[in-house]
Amino acid sequence: MQISMLSMSIAALFYIAFIILAYGLVSKIIQYKNTPAPLKIPTMPAPTTQAGVVFRMSKEVVFFESLFKSSKATWLFGWLFHFGLFLDMLRHLRYFIDPVWFWVIIIQPFGKYGSILMFVGLAGLLTRRIIVDRVRYISSPSDHLMLVLLLCITTTGMAMSFYLGADVISVKSFFIGLMTLNIQNIPADPVLIIHLIMVASLMIIFPYSKLLHAPGLFFSPSRNQVDNAREKRHISKWAKELEKN
Amino acid sequence: MADNKFDTPELREYPIIPKLQKDVMAHSKPFIAKEPHQEPLGFPGELVDDWHDVAIKKMGDLQSKYRSLQVYLDSCVKCGACTDKCHYYVGTTDPKNMPVARQDLYRKVYRRYFTFAGKYFPKLVGATDLTKDVLDDWYSYFHQCSQCRRCSVYCPYGIDTAEISMAAREVMDTIGVGQKYCNEIISKVHKIGNNLGLPGPALEDTLEGLEEDVEEETGVAVKFPLDVKGADVLLITPSADFFAEPHVDGLIGYAKVLHEAGISWTISSHASEAANFGMFIGSYDNMRKLAMRIREAAIELGVKRIVFGECGHAWRVAYSFLNTLAGPWDFLDQNYPIPQHICEVTHGLIQDNKLNFDKSLNDDMVLTYHDSCNVARASRMGDKAGGQFTIPRDIIKSVCNNFHDMSKDTIKEGTFCCGGGGGLLTDDLMELRVKGALPRMEALRRVVEDHGVTHMAAICAICKSQFAKVFPYYDFSMDQIVSVHQLVSNAIILTGQNDENDENDDGNHPQQDIDEAA
Repeated sequence: MQISMLSMSIAALFYIAFIILAYGLVSKIIQYKNTPAPLKIPTMPAPTTQAGVVFRMSKEVVFFESLFKSSKATWLFGWLFHFGLFLDMLRHLRYFIDPVWFWVIIIQPFGKYGSILMFVGLAGLLTRRIIVDRVRYISSPSDHLMLVLLLCITTTGMAMSFYLGADVISVKSFFIGLMTLNIQNIPADPVLIIHLIMVASLMIIFPYSKLLHAPGLFFSPSRNQVDNAREKRHISKWAKELEKN
Repeated sequence: MADNKFDTPELREYPIIPKLQKDVMAHSKPFIAKEPHQEPLGFPGELVDDWHDVAIKKMGDLQSKYRSLQVYLDSCVKCGACTDKCHYYVGTTDPKNMPVARQDLYRKVYRRYFTFAGKYFPKLVGATDLTKDVLDDWYSYFHQCSQCRRCSVYCPYGIDTAEISMAAREVMDTIGVGQKYCNEIISKVHKIGNNLGLPGPALEDTLEGLEEDVEEETGVAVKFPLDVKGADVLLITPSADFFAEPHVDGLIGYAKVLHEAGISWTISSHASEAANFGMFIGSYDNMRKLAMRIREAAIELGVKRIVFGECGHAWRVAYSFLNTLAGPWDFLDQNYPIPQHICEVTHGLIQDNKLNFDKSLNDDMVLTYHDSCNVARASRMGDKAGGQFTIPRDIIKSVCNNFHDMSKDTIKEGTFCCGGGGGLLTDDLMELRVKGALPRMEALRRVVEDHGVTHMAAICAICKSQFAKVFPYYDFSMDQIVSVHQLVSNAIILTGQNDENDENDDGNHPQQDIDEAA
């Protein structure tokens, strides 16, 4: 079978994007992990046990608890977007596994509507960024472009799901092929190609942008520390050095 | 107060988020530290020639030492959740007082020198070179942050602007641009032992004067011991407690409580200061040196316990950092928390019915309580999360009949800073202090109108000094701020105390010369 130039290019793009994403993310996580937190700084009141910290963190990750306290509009749009994104990513698992797991089949219809949540959330966040003077003031071009990129990914995806359709069988064999180093042809469907190029761009941008908030949250000392400073001495390596003098 | 060249903000009926007005606080800058206040802290006396390179190097150094800094610099998504949460933004409307914008003054330099995107696409991601103008902005706006952590409560990633402003101040100190107020005070503690530069003999006179006052008032010989070896408790309290109003009434309260409970205690002239301004300037080294004085005093005096007086940031350093900075405390009595807050001590004694009160003695007041930022969001009391909110309130309710909390979003973890914390309690920042107090003044005005509140109690030396100073700008009077232990002192009935109407003077006291102490 003849592999098209287009397919070769998209395949190369995804290999590069994957390597950059994996390398960038892993090195950032290693950096966060290896950087000491010399002082106890949980935002109080904080849990007094490790189990409590897991609970606090779960509420942040799943429900965005702190954001809920601060701004209901930002919370609503932010949460809709992230929840929609989560559903859609699970839905897209079907392109990468064969045979498709039972629960991935079950969620297919929900995943489809996840894109609507994403769209509403992103549109709300972008509108807020433009019309609220305080948020406009703190925005750089990249903050707007990031939302535009995500909106384009969402709308091209929605166009294929709801109107245009896509040759999902070929898409799947392309990605399975990528994973098994056996490159297959990708359908020359312009909407699909645009969708994929933007997803690859997002992967490349991820470890070099504010998208680092995803791993960052787990390493945030104000959220992940246990309130036990009096009971247990907390001392970092470099601080310990000072005690030798 | 004579050169009041600014307008006090008007109290608003409904606190709506103000529209931003660019650069209206760009002129606000505290005095710069001169050489004598820089060198004892290990910082250069003036701006060094290669300041740019030194600053960038220091930034890299701090990022590798503080996970908080590194993670917070990377993680902000500019969602805007914090933008209306800072009392300085609410009071000044300067957009650079929005927590995220303040952080961005640092972050844009970080991005330029330490990230791929900032190195190659600076305009796209809002990265800039570290120029003299940027440094000016740093000096101005990182001294408009009281490190109160309110923004960190509302940030979805817990980003704490205090961590960024501490780092910025440390970078500035390192290149010779320190703040006079903080650094002068820290050098005094290094040399003498307290923020006021109050030497041992003067302290002794002051404490003797207090003993006389209390004995005259109550007929009970309540002691204010200094440097007593073998005492059980070492009391570490802010030096303002020795002089300022209403702080000193709080100190009298601690003394009465400890006396009544039969706890032997002492103050140390070597560590006669609870405050630790090393935290404000972000210097672990200085903070540790100041904390070590407490360890040295505890060892020298052979005490079994350490108790801290009413001071907000001091309690943060004590509760959260003391074990780290100056521990381990294995030579103290492990049956008590190390260190302990005076409110924990008093609260425990109240629970055990060890203290007698006549609550009606506080009936001339209707109280509310101001949660000090560092106590509320950076420490704890008691053994349950949130004890820092319930314990002081329980004490107030045990000694007063009339208490009303301020509105929910302005207390506990959402409390507003008094406007003078974080090393900003200096007259050269008066405009900032007055404007920063606005949200608290509005909340207070509401309980004054709705519940007839007459006084606000606090457990922080900085809060007390700040409110005493800014209250008049908002048509309150300076004596409307009280210490929690002042209320305890008013209501406590000591064993053997004179009847209230008993006028008899129980003897002559040698008149001490306490003038030099003032």
